[in-house]
Amino acid sequence: MAKKNRMANEINAGSMADIAFLLLIFFLVTTTIAEDKGVLVKLPQWSEEPPPELKLNTRNVYSVLVNAQNQLLVRGDVMDIKDLKNNAKIFIANPQKLENMAESPKNAIISIKNDRGTKYQTYLEVYNELKSAYNELWEEAAMVKFGKNLDQLSNAQQQEIRNEIPLVLSEAEPTKFGEEK
Amino acid sequence: MSKFKKKQGNTTPGISTASLPDIVFMLLFFFMVVTKMRDTELMVKVNTPQASELTKLEKKTLVNFIFIGRPTDKFKAKFGTKPQIQLGDKYASVDDIPLFLAKHKASVPEGQRQSIISSLKIDNDVTMGIVGDLKTSLRKAGQLKINYSAKKRERTK
Repeated sequence: MAKKNRMANEINAGSMADIAFLLLIFFLVTTTIAEDKGVLVKLPQWSEEPPPELKLNTRNVYSVLVNAQNQLLVRGDVMDIKDLKNNAKIFIANPQKLENMAESPKNAIISIKNDRGTKYQTYLEVYNELKSAYNELWEEAAMVKFGKNLDQLSNAQQQEIRNEIPLVLSEAEPTKFGEEK
Repeated sequence: MSKFKKKQGNTTPGISTASLPDIVFMLLFFFMVVTKMRDTELMVKVNTPQASELTKLEKKTLVNFIFIGRPTDKFKAKFGTKPQIQLGDKYASVDDIPLFLAKHKASVPEGQRQSIISSLKIDNDVTMGIVGDLKTSLRKAGQLKINYSAKKRERTK
């Protein structure tokens, strides 16, 4: 009697959907979709005329030179890339109001110059460190001013912070050292 | 004998296939979402560097890709090992950039043209000479928004 009953029963397909959903969710969680991400940069407008001679106070300029051996010269001193971000942050914010650092974040200018033989990896790392110096300063300013994280602020508030600490990054024409043959 | 006969009469009905289409559709959608179409074959080796301050590229139609790297093994014999620029599906020089950008621009609706971004996929190992030339060429062509493609890493302390 029992045997007969089992034969007649259909396999319950109702739970099939649940199983499929489970699989779907599993794949959704585990798969990392290759995304296109990168460091966003705005290039300056091209102009044929030589740039106007600007009188800049040297205390406001943070010059970073990267040579063909991928070594850094920051304001005349050799520096390790690890120290670049914190050094740049101190320069821009100038918390102790030192004579040889930026008058205010508004006046600070970062200048990068590289050789033609500089490795792209090093260049991007330097650019990234300087950008992250600004990002961290913005985040700190957002915390102090509004008591919130930068990404929780409204666009106008973010703009306000960015106007207070503007990102000015100028790139000089590369010098012709170490060009690959 | 009678037992055997009964078995024959009561054959189990087949597994219901009513939900099969749902499952198949689900798989289909899943793969449609996940799969990234590569419309061009890469002819240069590109291993992008790592960076922490990344911006996502949102609208794929507003992005054009420029690759720089050394030729892959397949093309080494013909083109050597010097870094090359790849536009679309062929090697190019910096002089071809304006035409390439103009072609892409023509495919974008007029109102959105100012938000076109050039995604530069450049190999770790390339020197800045060729990158600098490319940047100059992009500036001359008026393409000022660029994105150095990079992999995610944590910020340095």
